[in-house]
Amino acid sequence: MQIYLPIAELSVNAFLLLGLGGIVGILSGMFGVGGGFLLTPLLFFIGIPPAVAVATQASHVVASSLSGLLAHLKRRNVDIRMGMVLLVGGLSGSGAGVWLIAALREIGQVDLLVTLSYVVLLGVTGGLMLWESVLALIRSRNPQTRPKRRRHGLVHALPLKVRFRTSGLYISVIPPVLVGFFVGMMAAVMGVGGGFIMIPAMIYILGMPTKVVVGTSLLQIIFVAGFTTLLHATTNYTVDIMLAFLLILGGVIGAQVGTRLALRLRPEQLRIMLALLVLLVGGKLGLDLVLPPDEIYSATTPLGVPS
Amino acid sequence: MIRARHIVLALGLWLAALPAGAEELVAGLSQNYVGINASFDGSEILIFGAVRRDSPPPDAAPLEVVITVSGPLVPVTVRRKERRFGIWVNTDAVVLPGAPSFYAVSTTGPLAEVLSPTADIGHRIGLSQAIRPASAENLPEDTPAFTEALIRLRAQDMLYQVDEGGVILDRDTLFRTSIRLPANLTEGRYSARIFLTRDGAIIDQHETAIDVRKVGLERFLFTLAHEQPLVYALLSLAIAMLAGWGASVAFRYIRA
Repeated sequence: MQIYLPIAELSVNAFLLLGLGGIVGILSGMFGVGGGFLLTPLLFFIGIPPAVAVATQASHVVASSLSGLLAHLKRRNVDIRMGMVLLVGGLSGSGAGVWLIAALREIGQVDLLVTLSYVVLLGVTGGLMLWESVLALIRSRNPQTRPKRRRHGLVHALPLKVRFRTSGLYISVIPPVLVGFFVGMMAAVMGVGGGFIMIPAMIYILGMPTKVVVGTSLLQIIFVAGFTTLLHATTNYTVDIMLAFLLILGGVIGAQVGTRLALRLRPEQLRIMLALLVLLVGGKLGLDLVLPPDEIYSATTPLGVPS
Repeated sequence: MIRARHIVLALGLWLAALPAGAEELVAGLSQNYVGINASFDGSEILIFGAVRRDSPPPDAAPLEVVITVSGPLVPVTVRRKERRFGIWVNTDAVVLPGAPSFYAVSTTGPLAEVLSPTADIGHRIGLSQAIRPASAENLPEDTPAFTEALIRLRAQDMLYQVDEGGVILDRDTLFRTSIRLPANLTEGRYSARIFLTRDGAIIDQHETAIDVRKVGLERFLFTLAHEQPLVYALLSLAIAMLAGWGASVAFRYIRA
């Protein structure tokens, strides 16, 4: 069944979109990530204009993160104060990202920026995750005592210290604001929630306990993704509600299936699979940049020119 | 005798209506309105007509028919990638001020034979004529390559079509062709033009409009997105949050 997307102005198979949303939903349920980093490139591959794919994806992130956040709020695993601080950075970062996309679209380099961001971030996080989970797998085979490190870095030396009770931290607000800004900007540019950057940053840079990390990151991601949707819709007119609806529908169903599948696998195996997936997507996008393209010309028209 | 006089009279009236030896075009479309709804999967337009003439067709050159269907002219930026620092990035760009969003040419024979270059240029009939040339400031030297690339890209999407021999001409009088409008059509005021040619010169032409519009839900969403972007954005968010919340409730219900 073909369906005409009113903003992207093209006709796509509805079941293809439901299926894509569903598959990404399964993966996001299994691995606990938003899945935006997968869905956005997949949308590029089926021919959705990048600007529309990125903007529409942000609203999909809102849907998938909200159901996760509700579960975490029940268990009191959300550091609301930390979430708000991250949000201050996140919202300004999101604004910067939307502005950056609009400016780059003028000079025709949006695709390059989006693809480069993907290649770098997917490559780095995929590589780190693979390394870390392989180590964890080896450690679980021959159990040894792990040295516990205490970190006294820059985070503790900066001014403007605030107490974050839920996280049990007393640190400067500057690093969380910066982390929030960076993730917010990435969310706007790449159309991802940023969970796969935010979570490592919270653990390794801010030193937050793992227990509250996922819920807190979801809290701020919902606001940032919601704000990003709002900005894209009002400045670039690139949110396609029909596309979003089909993806979300497939996504929320897939997420439930994925959560069940995850219970049958070991966490290390899950993380290795996710890492390989991330590297695969990043590698494909990277190859496209380096290999000579089939077609070196591309044509763009202003989207939705009123006629 | 009376009958013969009648015929002469009728012929006389006919001759008064038409200049001697003229051939006139009468044409019609199967539809002059295309609605793009949510399940729009392309459409087909049948263009047909007849040639009205007062005397037997001249023997000189055969009658030919050229039919074009054109979408609204929209500016297009064509970019070219080049290898810089090992990766492929967009470098040169040409802005074509007006390229039809859709263009189809259908003829009774090879375009170069049925239409003289003068007529082609004068009426902007061929694909390369239908695209308005770029204004001449800071252009790359090989600007025609960009126009050709646009034609190639759009031809792949069935947005530009050339069908030489696509018009069927019957007994030098009745003609018809069908033009396939693809699923990735954009809206606007389309125009269908029909030319009668002999010896490459245009002897009569006819133009009619086809209105292509989003309808129903598509119309509503598109208008909302552009005229009430804030409401539209909040609506998208509401759908997303409802779906997320609904999934979490349903999930808990299934688990319990």
